[in-house]
Amino acid sequence: MIELKNICKTFKVARRNAGFKEAFKAFFKREYEYIHALKNISFTINDGEMVGYIGPNGAGKSSTIKIMSGILNPDSGECIINGRIPWKDRINHVKEIGVVFGQRSQLWWDVPVIDSFELIKDIYKTPNEIYKNNLNELTKILDLSQIVRTPARQLSLGQRMRCELAASLLHNPKILFLDEPTIGLDAVSKIAVRSFIKKINKEKNTTIILTTHDMQDIEAITERILLIGKGEILLDGSFADLKRGDKNIDETIAEMYKEYEIL
Amino acid sequence: MSYISYITLFKIRFINGLQYRIAAWAGIATQFAWGFMNILLFHAFYSENPANFPMQFQQFASYTWLNQALLALFGIYMWDMSIFDDIISGNIAYELVRPVDLYNMWLVKNMATRLSKVILRCLPILIVSVLLPKPFGLIPPQDIITFILFIISVICAFVLVNLYCLYYYIISFYTINGSGIRMVGMAMSDLLSGFIIPLPFFPENILKIVNLLPFASMQSMPFFIYSGYINKQEALFKIGVQIFWIIVFYITGKFFIKKALKKVIVQGG
Repeated sequence: MIELKNICKTFKVARRNAGFKEAFKAFFKREYEYIHALKNISFTINDGEMVGYIGPNGAGKSSTIKIMSGILNPDSGECIINGRIPWKDRINHVKEIGVVFGQRSQLWWDVPVIDSFELIKDIYKTPNEIYKNNLNELTKILDLSQIVRTPARQLSLGQRMRCELAASLLHNPKILFLDEPTIGLDAVSKIAVRSFIKKINKEKNTTIILTTHDMQDIEAITERILLIGKGEILLDGSFADLKRGDKNIDETIAEMYKEYEIL
Repeated sequence: MSYISYITLFKIRFINGLQYRIAAWAGIATQFAWGFMNILLFHAFYSENPANFPMQFQQFASYTWLNQALLALFGIYMWDMSIFDDIISGNIAYELVRPVDLYNMWLVKNMATRLSKVILRCLPILIVSVLLPKPFGLIPPQDIITFILFIISVICAFVLVNLYCLYYYIISFYTINGSGIRMVGMAMSDLLSGFIIPLPFFPENILKIVNLLPFASMQSMPFFIYSGYINKQEALFKIGVQIFWIIVFYITGKFFIKKALKKVIVQGG
């Protein structure tokens, strides 16, 4: 179970205008702005839920994911996941979660993917049997048998993303955080990733929290939607709540962003 | 706690490091050239008046060859650049979602990288330098005890150098780009550890201060012990000093990384 209560986070950002004069001025006196990335974020997610976490760029989605995965310390507020405070008990907390950052790679660049998997297995101290079972299963549903023998650098984005997903599930995590897992994927890969996520949730009862800008991801996968804008939760409901008449989902979302003035 | 994960990390890094064979040959060539140049240069000085110098020429030659052969162990510039890259790009996020202690993981990574490099490089240099005519070559140590003390001191210096490098990874959490601070750190330690000029050649007053610094415990110490520049009793004391610095570095390093991780903001996206 995931519980967040009044989580706040502020970032200090150095800003200046363009140009030589401005740069020179900033050399002596920097001007900082405080960005309130998260303002009183509260929500609860039960075991086995699939939640889509959406909002425009810079709304605070990734910051929330980072807090929930123990990487970022919030300024104030409570966050308890499976009885632990992520950033206080990071090492024990991360044993039970899997994370995919769509814009980064956890695979080791120069060696075949399977070597990265083995390393991850040892890092998590996953028992051999569980690892083998998971690997077989993941290889089958993600169609990885050839891919895992290739160095990560020679994989296409879609192939790599499938490997990233597999890598984050080898240790049987109870919760899976997916930060833009379908970014840059073609239609076939997207559908493969979506159906895989659904399957994992159904078969292993893994709690899944997914951020994305692709509304079709949300439509296809999640039962519940959390909408965040300017650091605040604006809507917590189902996909049906979001939809308005026959309008295209992207248009609806764009309209909503405007309505809430969160752009 | 089990150490399987650290051993695996070490193994993988080590094997990976062994792949860079051309880099190793290039390194060997550079180190030979550097060693010869240094020795010939000092030979010219020594032939003027050997009494002016704090070390015997033979000791100096041994010092130089060991220095070159074990460069990958002690050279500060052998950073693990991938750690700086991870911090700059924000990929460190993935390291932080692993159930391992970041500090220890970095330590293991650094040690493995350095060991794999030194294994490829040290043998050719040691063999050739032993075969060189006196007094230009590497001479064997006085006795077996000296050699054992030397090995212990090498291990201590190796750990200490790695712990020193870890400070710079931690600092780059704050400075965002680590290259400036890296330059300063490197220049400072190269000079003060006796990498550029052996410490005994320093002016006496300055040497007194330098000897109090941790840098003196880094690479010079094992070479002094090996070449017989310091006697066994002093060697034991100096190894004690090395261990003292290891403890200080480890405790403060752990403390700083804990602070840094509280403030850390993973960059990008």
